[in-house]
Amino acid sequence: MLLVQFLLLSAVLFCIGVYGVLARRNGVMVLMSIELILNAVNINFVAFGAFNGTVTGEVFALFVIAIAAAEVGVGLAIVLLIFRNKRSVDLSDVDLMKG
Amino acid sequence: MGSLFILGAEGPTEFVDIAGWFLENAWIIPALPAISFVIILFFGKKLPYKGAEIGITAVGLAFILSVLTAGQWMNQVDNAHGSEGGHGEEAALVLVDDDIELASAEADSEAAAFFAEEGEEGHSVVGRNAVVERFTWWENGGVEFKVGIMVDGLTVMMLFVVTLISLLVHIYSTDYVDGDRRYTHYFAFLSLFTASMLFFVLSENVLQMIVGWELVGVCSFALIGHWWEEKPNSDAALKAFLTNRVGDMGLLIGMIILFWSANSWSIIDINEAAIGHDIGHTTLFIASLCLTAAVMSKSGQFVLHTWLPDAMAGPTPVSALIHAATMVVAGIYMVARLYGVFWEGYSIAGSSFNILALVGSVTLVGAGLLAFVQDDIKKVLAYSTVSQLGYMCMALGVGAWTAAVFHLFTHAFFKAGLFLGAGSVSHSVHSFDMKTHMGGMRKFMPKTFATFMICTIALMGLPPLAGFWSKDEILVGTGGWGFFGGTSANGSYTFALVMGIIGAALTCAYMTRVIYLTFFGEWRGAEHMHHDDHGDGHDDDHGHAHEPHESGPRILIPLYILSFMAIVAGFFNLPPGFITGSEEGWQERFFHYVEPVSSYFPAIKHGVPSYSLAIFATIVALLGAFASYYYFFVRVNRQSPAATELANGLTSTNKVARAGHTVLKEKYYLDHLYTDIIAGGTKGPVADAAYWTNQNVIDETVNQVGRTAVSTATFVYETIDQKLVDGAVNLSGSASEGLGEVSRSALQRGKVQQYAAIMFIAATVIAGLLMVFI
Repeated sequence: MLLVQFLLLSAVLFCIGVYGVLARRNGVMVLMSIELILNAVNINFVAFGAFNGTVTGEVFALFVIAIAAAEVGVGLAIVLLIFRNKRSVDLSDVDLMKG
Repeated sequence: MGSLFILGAEGPTEFVDIAGWFLENAWIIPALPAISFVIILFFGKKLPYKGAEIGITAVGLAFILSVLTAGQWMNQVDNAHGSEGGHGEEAALVLVDDDIELASAEADSEAAAFFAEEGEEGHSVVGRNAVVERFTWWENGGVEFKVGIMVDGLTVMMLFVVTLISLLVHIYSTDYVDGDRRYTHYFAFLSLFTASMLFFVLSENVLQMIVGWELVGVCSFALIGHWWEEKPNSDAALKAFLTNRVGDMGLLIGMIILFWSANSWSIIDINEAAIGHDIGHTTLFIASLCLTAAVMSKSGQFVLHTWLPDAMAGPTPVSALIHAATMVVAGIYMVARLYGVFWEGYSIAGSSFNILALVGSVTLVGAGLLAFVQDDIKKVLAYSTVSQLGYMCMALGVGAWTAAVFHLFTHAFFKAGLFLGAGSVSHSVHSFDMKTHMGGMRKFMPKTFATFMICTIALMGLPPLAGFWSKDEILVGTGGWGFFGGTSANGSYTFALVMGIIGAALTCAYMTRVIYLTFFGEWRGAEHMHHDDHGDGHDDDHGHAHEPHESGPRILIPLYILSFMAIVAGFFNLPPGFITGSEEGWQERFFHYVEPVSSYFPAIKHGVPSYSLAIFATIVALLGAFASYYYFFVRVNRQSPAATELANGLTSTNKVARAGHTVLKEKYYLDHLYTDIIAGGTKGPVADAAYWTNQNVIDETVNQVGRTAVSTATFVYETIDQKLVDGAVNLSGSASEGLGEVSRSALQRGKVQQYAAIMFIAATVIAGLLMVFI
């Protein structure tokens, strides 16, 4: 079974996503990195589902995809509004919630 | 319960429950003056006669009800006897408890011998129960406290006496205290006093008796101190109250002992338990001693009598009502009511000595002697009252129950008459001092003089007036007259008989002195009449009259009624065989109706009257009167009609006589004993000791406690509160502040990616932990 490979792929994708979330300053890129993380998870779900011979993993993956779409919608809307106000999508400029 | 044995009787015992509307509703009698008290107190001043009319109406109604109650009682007693066709008075009954075989046998044999002679007469016995109406007042720990009324012959007699004298005193007072500054208040307290006394005599249980006893004490205090602006009056009131407290301790202790031994507050239960030997003899003896102390204070017996003469500071009608006729007989009444206790406690039957008879006879003679040296007419009468109460006390002590109660009855009338007569004189001369303000009053006040004479002769015990009959019965009851065959009384109290006869002679002698100093000789008050210091706020319409004058009808009418009673009261209990003829006649009527024939009354014997004793006692009394007559009417009068004593009399020539006179003047030094030695002797050292204790023990303790408290408080404040508690509070505050500062500046920076980093780190850590531990 090629489970290990799938997991390795997933881990690599996850790490790339995390790196993107933490390092990129462009809001859109951060959202895209989040998508990477989610998809890494999806790969895990599907891999484990296939490995165990059930469809549960795939069902979960479908849910995740749907929710990710919604989340990206909301996220892009926020980014768009930030851009409108600040003429920038640089996340380091967005520190209104500073304590 | 015990069963009833009638000994010496042939027929079966029958107990008759006497009933009747007036008897069952006798509680109305005290309720009337009680309501009157409240009305007078709140509305009296607004009424046209300042409240007097309310008092008179209430007491008048109470008197009518009392007469009806007494009539109903007499009627019922007669019916009860009629149904049996016999005469209950010759028989008696003994209560024997089934449970105590020994006592039963003992009582049986005693009583068998006791009633042997009476059995020959073959009268069947009809016992009669007292009318008792009661309800539970409150209940505590399984003990029911009842309140109610108990009506029997003794009660109806007292109701009659109290209401009649109270009514006469009310009428008399409307004139005597007319214009007084506390007129309304005075009538309110007369009403309250009457109500209290009636409540007391109707008591169903000893608890009620205690309440009534204290109530009359309070009223006495208020009325003695009626003119409290003058220090001696308020002192006298306090003295009366405090002296009574001494005896009241005895009353409380005695009643509590009786309650715990009989397990009931009811008078009937206590008497039955005492007679049935359910209570140990020693217990009864101690209870009797305690109650005797109460009698000594309330009924003015030696050595607690000192308050009574001082109580003459009150208005004269009050003296007549309270300190002659009613309140002071509360003690006598209490003994008569609880006679079973005293009878058994002192083993009166078959004895020749007991404390009660001793106290009574000593009082009788001691107070009689004191009456000789008093210049104040009311004080003479006060000591006379003490002396006569001694007669009653002695009679109860020797077992002459009926004689004591009968003497109470007759004495109430003639003593009230004497007091009111003295009041009538003083109303005219504005003083009570016989030596300075009186003398020759018979010319000015012939009507007062006549009534006073009648009452005096009654008091002297000369036939055929009231005092003779009751005094004679007491002398018979002592059983000490062994010379001519005896009188077959309960014991042989020879000392009581001797004291009784001496007392009778003394009474005659000092009353002759009063009569001379007040009514004969020459009026000595002329020079005093212009500076009137009557002291009762009396309006001065007679203050400047030049001569004394007869009192008005409201004063004279009560005097007439009382004199009439002083003449006839003695005929209520003529000795048997005195009037031959029908047994339903007058003889022993009082005894017939008043003395209980019931299980709550001991089987007392009744002395047989003796002509020799009556004649001897009367001769001795006349000798006393004659000696005094010779001294005053002949020798003093010959010296000068205005003189009050011989210039070279015995007291100025004979050392012993002078010493005796001084002792009497100083009232046996009893007041000195109480105020100087007992009170003075205790108050100095006690006060010093108390002061020392206060300063060194109590204050020191308090100070020490205070100091300790201060240092503890300081420690607590400085160390625990300021440092520990506040420190902890401050610490938590500053800690959270610092933490907040750190987290604000380090974490909450608004950098989304930093948050994300923290989140990931945390997730990694959690994941790592899960890896390790699961």
